[in-house]
Amino acid sequence: MSQYTLNVNGQSRSVDVAPETPLLWVLRDSLDLVGTKFGCGIGQCGACTVHLNGTPTRGCITPISAVGSQRVTTIEGLAANPAQLHPLQQAWIEQDVPQCGYCQAGQIMTAAALLRDKPQPTDADIDSAMAGNLCRCATYVRIRSGIHRAAELAAANGGAR
Amino acid sequence: MRAATLNPTLDRRSFLRFSALTGGGLLLGCYLGRAGAFAAGVGQPTAGTLGDFAPNLFIRISPAGVVTIVAHKPEVGQGISTSLPMIVAEELDVDWSAVKIDAGKYDPAYGNQRSGGSNSTPTNYDRLRQMGATARMMLVEAAAQTWGVPAADCTTAAGFVIHAASNRRAGYGALVAKAITLPVPSANTVALKDPANFKLIGTRVGGYQNEQIVTGKALFGLDQKIPGMLYAVYEKCPVFGGKVAGANLETIRTLPGVKQAFLLEGTTDLLGLMPGVAILADSTWAAFSARNQLEVQWDEGPRANDSSAEFDRRATEIGSKMEGGAVLRDNGDATAALAGAAKIIEAAYSYPFLSHTTLEPQNTLAHVQGDRVEIWSPTRSPGDGASLVSRTLGIPMANIKVNVARSGGAFGRRADADFMVEAVAISQKAGMPVKLTWTRAQDMQHDHYRQGGHHFLKAGLDASGKLIAWQNHFVTYGRMSPGRGGGATLNPGSGGGLDGDQVPATFVPNYRAMQSLMECAIPVGPWRAPGNNSSGYVVQSFIDELAVAAGADPLRFQLDLFNAPVPASAGRGGRGGGGGGLSAVRARAILQLAAEKAGWGKIFPKGQGAGIAFHSCFGGYVSYVAEVTVSRAGELKVDRVVAAVDIGRQIVNLSGAEAQVQGSIMDALSTAWYQEAILEKGSMVKSNFADYPLLRMPQAPAKIEVHFLRSDNNPTGLGEPPFPALAPAVANAIFAATGKRLRQLPWSKTDLSWS
Repeated sequence: MSQYTLNVNGQSRSVDVAPETPLLWVLRDSLDLVGTKFGCGIGQCGACTVHLNGTPTRGCITPISAVGSQRVTTIEGLAANPAQLHPLQQAWIEQDVPQCGYCQAGQIMTAAALLRDKPQPTDADIDSAMAGNLCRCATYVRIRSGIHRAAELAAANGGAR
Repeated sequence: MRAATLNPTLDRRSFLRFSALTGGGLLLGCYLGRAGAFAAGVGQPTAGTLGDFAPNLFIRISPAGVVTIVAHKPEVGQGISTSLPMIVAEELDVDWSAVKIDAGKYDPAYGNQRSGGSNSTPTNYDRLRQMGATARMMLVEAAAQTWGVPAADCTTAAGFVIHAASNRRAGYGALVAKAITLPVPSANTVALKDPANFKLIGTRVGGYQNEQIVTGKALFGLDQKIPGMLYAVYEKCPVFGGKVAGANLETIRTLPGVKQAFLLEGTTDLLGLMPGVAILADSTWAAFSARNQLEVQWDEGPRANDSSAEFDRRATEIGSKMEGGAVLRDNGDATAALAGAAKIIEAAYSYPFLSHTTLEPQNTLAHVQGDRVEIWSPTRSPGDGASLVSRTLGIPMANIKVNVARSGGAFGRRADADFMVEAVAISQKAGMPVKLTWTRAQDMQHDHYRQGGHHFLKAGLDASGKLIAWQNHFVTYGRMSPGRGGGATLNPGSGGGLDGDQVPATFVPNYRAMQSLMECAIPVGPWRAPGNNSSGYVVQSFIDELAVAAGADPLRFQLDLFNAPVPASAGRGGRGGGGGGLSAVRARAILQLAAEKAGWGKIFPKGQGAGIAFHSCFGGYVSYVAEVTVSRAGELKVDRVVAAVDIGRQIVNLSGAEAQVQGSIMDALSTAWYQEAILEKGSMVKSNFADYPLLRMPQAPAKIEVHFLRSDNNPTGLGEPPFPALAPAVANAIFAATGKRLRQLPWSKTDLSWS
C-alpha cells in the first residue's frame, strides 16, 4: 500500500492503495465517485472514461501510480457548477439520449474533449472520436445528435469548456 | 378547509379497513396488498408521510401537494419507470414536472414485477389509468364537498380541482385531508379520460433519471454500498456443471486486502447457485487481483469435451434427413407437394449462441443477518430472485427484502438470479455484507445464453411462382429436465422452441416442421425477443430467397403470401403464441407502410441494394426497409433504415418508443454482424469486447426513420417487437447489393467482397 494525493475535480484527495490499483477503482471504492463505470476492465468499452489534464483516459487501465499530480476530472466534476450543467449534459437531457444510462458518463467525457478540440464536429469527427465508447443499448443515433446539439448550446454560450 | 385534526395513523387504519370492505376487485387487491406491505415493512410510510392521501399503492399525495407515483417495474433501459407513471399522471391530471417517481421497491402487493416479454405496458395500461382516475375522482369529490357544489361541475387541470362557475380552485395537496376520509370508489365505476384529451400520454418525455445519469448520480446495482461491506469475486468451473475439487485458499488468504476465501458447494442447477470459490477483500481491485492468483482443481464433469464445432457437425447430420424429430406441425402433404413442385429451393441456416453482454456486469450486494437478508440487485425480476434465494438457501420469503437497483441493461438477462443467489450465499457464509462483482470474462463465460440453432429448409413453388410447400427440420439444443410423467425428458431452453404457428405455417397449404434436440449443458435464458430473434431471421431471409426464385418482387411476394391464409381447420399441431394470432391485415399494412416510407422499388447500382422484412411478436408488428452499400472489398455500410411499427392505437411515451426502435435496430445489426459465443472443451471461450465485438458508432446506420402506424388495437410493449425483422431486412439488402445470401450468423464469417 502507498499514499497518493490526487487532484480530483479540483479537490485534493488522499488515498492509501496498492500502486497498481486502477484509477477507476480508486474513484469508485476509495473516493465514492461511482459515476465512472466498470464495463470491461481492459480499455475496450470506454465506460470508465475520465479526463487526465483534459485528455480522455481509460480509468480501468490507468494505475494510480501513473496519475501523479495530473488533474483528474470525472463526470461528477464536469459541470462548472451544479446549477450550470455542461452543454453535453443539457443536450443529453433535452434529447433523451440515455436508455439504461450505464455508458453515458463515459460517452459524455469523451464527447467533452471532442467538443473542446472541435467545437463544431462533423458526423465523421463524432464517429471517429466516439468509436472507443460502447453503448450496449445502442443509443448512437441520439449520441450523435446530442453532440451536435451540445455544440449549438455551447456556441450560444460562448464555447464549451 | 377545516384543519386536519384527525390522528393520521388512526385515520389511515380506518381507511384501510373501509377500503378492504368496499373496494372493487382491482382496488381491493391493491388495498389488501397495502396491508400486506405494512406487515412486511416495505413501503411503510415514514412519520412524514402519514397524512398523505394514498388511495392505492401507486399514488401518494402529501398535504404540501407533492405527488409521488410508484414505478413498480424494474428499469433496465426500456424506459418503463418513466412511461408507466406517465399513465397514472395522465389520469390523475397532474403536471409531469411536479411528479416524484418512487422506484426500486419489491413488494408482491404490486402484482407481477417482472420486466419482460414486452408485457409491462399491455398488462398495466388499463389498471394504471384506473389508479390515476380513482385518485382524481376522489380529489374532485373532496373539493365538491368542501365547496358544497356538485362534483360534476368540477374539472381538474395540472394538479388543481377547479369550479369554474364560482371561480374557485384548490391544489390537490389542500384537498388531501378531506380526500383521506372518502370511500375509494370501485375501479370500474371510475370514468377514464377520452384519449383525445390526453395531455401527457403520447408526448415525448425524457427518462425521469436523465439528469442524475448525466451527472453521474444515478445509482446502478454496482454502485450500491453499505458500511462494513466486503467486495467479493466468485469463480466457477469454466466447464458448465463442473465442481470444485480444491483450491489454493491458504495462499489466497495471505494476499493483500483479502479478508476471507472459501468454497461454496452450490447446487446442480445450471441456472442457480453453481459450485465455486469465493474471495472477499477490502476493495474490488484487491478481490480481482487475488482471483488472478487463484489455482483451482476442477472436477469438470461429463461435458468437458463439448464443442460448438462438434455440435454443428452433428446438427448437419441430423438435419440432412426429414426424420427422427418431433413434428411441430403438419399441414397438407409437404412431401407430395414438394415432389410435384415446379421449383424446389433448399437452404440451411444457422445461428450461434449469444451472450447478453449487459454493459454493467452481473453483481449484487447482500447482507444476511441470521435468517434474514437484504439485497440490492440489478434484477428485472425481484420475485424470481427472492424465490431462488429462498429455495436454495432456506431463507423464508418473508425475510427477503429486495431493493431493485437500476440495471445497466438487460436484453433478456437479469431475470434469472444466479448472481443474486451467489451474493447471498457468500454473505451468509461470510457473516458479512458482501458486494459481488463479476468480471467481464465471467459475465461472458457464465451467461445464460441465447441458444444456437440450425434450420434445414426446403420449399416448393408452383409454375406461377406461388409457394405451395414448406418443410423445416429445426435442430437445436436441449437439457434433461423433469417431464410430466416423472422421468427426465430432453427439453429446449428459453428461445429454443418453434411455434407451430410460426410464419408462414398458416399461409402455406403444405407445411411440415420438425424439431430435433442435441443435449448440452450450456445454461440458456431469455434473450431479447426469445425464439423470434433467430426464427425471424431465418424465415424472413428464406422468404426473400423464395421471392427471388419466383422472380417476384420481395414485397409483392410477401403481401401475396399474407393474402392467402390457410383455413384454421386445416392446421394440425399448431400452437398458440407468437404466430398463432397473427393478423394478416396488420402484417400487410405494416409491410406496405415501410415500403411506402422508404420508396421501395428504387433501382440501385451494383454494390448497393434494399431489403425488406417483417416480423410480429409480443403483439407488435414491425417491418423494415434497409438500404446498404457493400464495397468491392466487402465492407458493409448500412445507409438507411426505415422502420414501420404497429403497437396499437396508443404510444405512451413517444421519445421512449422511438428509442426502443432505434436501439433494437442497432442491437439487431450488432448481433447479426458480429456476435458469436463459441464453446470449446466444454467452456465458452470469448472473454471480452476484444473477441466479442459489439457495434460501435462508426458502424451505426447513417439514417434511421421510425414510423408508427396507429392501428385500432390495444397498446403493446416495444422492448422486443422491433428486434427480429431488422437483421433479415439488412441481409436481404446485402443480397440485393452483392448476390451473397447470408445463411450463417454472424455475417462477419462471410466474405462480402464482389466483382
